[in-house]
Amino acid sequence: MKIKSQKDFFSGLMFTVIGASFAYGSMSYNIGTGARMGPGYFPLLLGVVLALLGAAILFKSFVVETPDGEPVGAFAWKPLVFIIAGNLLFGVLLGGLPAFGLPAMGLIAAIFGTTIVCSMAGDEFNFKETVVLSAILSVMSYAAFILLLKLQFPVWPTFISG
Amino acid sequence: MELFDNLALGFGVAFTFQNLIYAFIGCLLGTLIGVLPGIGPVATIAMLLPATYALPPIAALIMLAGIYYGAQYGGSTTAILVNLPGESSSVVTVIDGYQMARKGRAGPALAAAGLGSFFAGCVGTLILAAFAVPLTEVAFKFGPAEYFSLMILGLIGAVVLASGSLLKAVAMIVLGLLLGLVGTDVNSGVARFSFDIPELTDGIGFIVIAMGVFGYGEIITNLAQPEDQREVFLGKVTGLFPTKEDFKNMTPAVLRGTAIGCILGILPGGGALLAAFAAYTIEKKTKLRPGEVPFGQGNIRGVAAPESANNAGAQTSFIPLLTLGIPPNAVMALMVGAMTIHNIQPGPQVMTSNPELFWGLIASMWIGNLMLVILNLPLIGMWIKLLTVPYRWLFPAIVLFCAIGVYSTNNNTFDIWLVGAFGVVGYIWAKLSVEPAPLLLGFILGPMMEENLRRALLLSRGDWSVFVTRGLSASLLAVAAVMLVVVLLPAVKSKREEAFVEE
Repeated sequence: MKIKSQKDFFSGLMFTVIGASFAYGSMSYNIGTGARMGPGYFPLLLGVVLALLGAAILFKSFVVETPDGEPVGAFAWKPLVFIIAGNLLFGVLLGGLPAFGLPAMGLIAAIFGTTIVCSMAGDEFNFKETVVLSAILSVMSYAAFILLLKLQFPVWPTFISG
Repeated sequence: MELFDNLALGFGVAFTFQNLIYAFIGCLLGTLIGVLPGIGPVATIAMLLPATYALPPIAALIMLAGIYYGAQYGGSTTAILVNLPGESSSVVTVIDGYQMARKGRAGPALAAAGLGSFFAGCVGTLILAAFAVPLTEVAFKFGPAEYFSLMILGLIGAVVLASGSLLKAVAMIVLGLLLGLVGTDVNSGVARFSFDIPELTDGIGFIVIAMGVFGYGEIITNLAQPEDQREVFLGKVTGLFPTKEDFKNMTPAVLRGTAIGCILGILPGGGALLAAFAAYTIEKKTKLRPGEVPFGQGNIRGVAAPESANNAGAQTSFIPLLTLGIPPNAVMALMVGAMTIHNIQPGPQVMTSNPELFWGLIASMWIGNLMLVILNLPLIGMWIKLLTVPYRWLFPAIVLFCAIGVYSTNNNTFDIWLVGAFGVVGYIWAKLSVEPAPLLLGFILGPMMEENLRRALLLSRGDWSVFVTRGLSASLLAVAAVMLVVVLLPAVKSKREEAFVEE
């Protein structure tokens, strides 16, 4: 047995595992019968279908020839890590992490944090330029979201605004 | 003529000074926010929904409809200029629209999208006005079995028309359906797959999935490419308006797109997304005129057709909402929310109980479309200025606006952790060449499908044959089956040819 398409192999594997987990998870709810469907009925059905589809894709990956083996290729760790980290930092700074005793720092701090961390995902990173960009985005966001749309955001750190 | 009486009533309502102002504000706000990458109409309307509490119901709905069209227009602008679908129905606009922008033809692309949308909007409004009354009567013939089959048809249609592997697309739909089930089951009150996380009992937000997979996933994929291959803006912008040749190419495409959009928009679950996909596929299947740019490399028909189709589809997708009470997409679901805030129950009874609102809304849609053309064509130059912003400034801003948009829909940070997770998943899907668009459609339809399956089987006492013994339901399923067979045939053929070559 040789994998003929890496992409198909891993996506098939993913669908099978997710489908099986959903099917397994739905067993903990009442399944019921067709005429009286319980909360587990439809997810169990879909989970099984998804697992079968995944299995079919897996099967295909061993059988159908592809010219280059369709390799998945290397992961781009740098953009992946920095973009996701920037996003998570936004949440941490904006809302704080009460579980770890981190206070909410508010929107402006979150904008600076996110913009700076995300910028590191690119090839060229210029700290000064990024700070200017953050400042511009802060002013724009403040005007658009707080003044114009009146969204309920904590703007400043809680220890300043109280 | 009753139709004209109705439309006259509608225009009478929509043409008051107050309602015109709200339509204008809606269009302007919608365009402004829609242009921001990563924030499409769903996020925009969700954000502005609270702002309409204080307005009279008709003004509120007119403004929201304006935001919808404005944001959708903005969405296609984003698709063309920034290579990000502002919303799911602009996914196919990205393919050729962005290529046109790269070749310095962003102006004609934007104009094609705008003019096509306007034309489609006019036709869609007429269709909506003409068919709303008879279709309300058909709606009463639909039982749960028919609804279920209709959704199957919609989903199969989306898969058939999507690019890439059919198996993977079906799997993504099923995965979308499953994700749509996360949260509290309306019938039993059981919180499913919520892992005891309180935020998950309300289900996963549509915006969270859309922004994670499309927004973050795309940015990471873009950044991962070496600099010279990266999708950045190249070339100069020359000529804002389409040439004569462009008009010749795009006119039939606009007509076809409008027709497809009007038909598919009526299908619940179809709407703008399915219409755009279908229109693009059909354009791709038609023969290229001599000297025309191939699809995928910046063909103007690849912009005009899906943009007309999604606008027509967006208009006619009000039909299932107003006649059947089914929101066919996420924006319509929010419109349901807006109506309920103002004590209006969407469904067949709106037309008789609130004729001013019903026809006023329809008339305002046309006015909104007109305003958008007037507002946007002169402003195209301004949008093109966006081209000069380098990507290294743009992507942090996109991430930021995605994060703000996600946070503002529910005002909780949990959604931000979730959107991060979907960003990672979206990147993995891109690496595995799995098309994410069908997932979104399944996600929206998941709970509705379950509910109708439940009701259909309850009525038939658990007998699955009800789906083929009822005439309407059986014919809907038959159409779905035919679509599958048709698309499978050439695939089978090409596979056979491959095998032949290898021997």
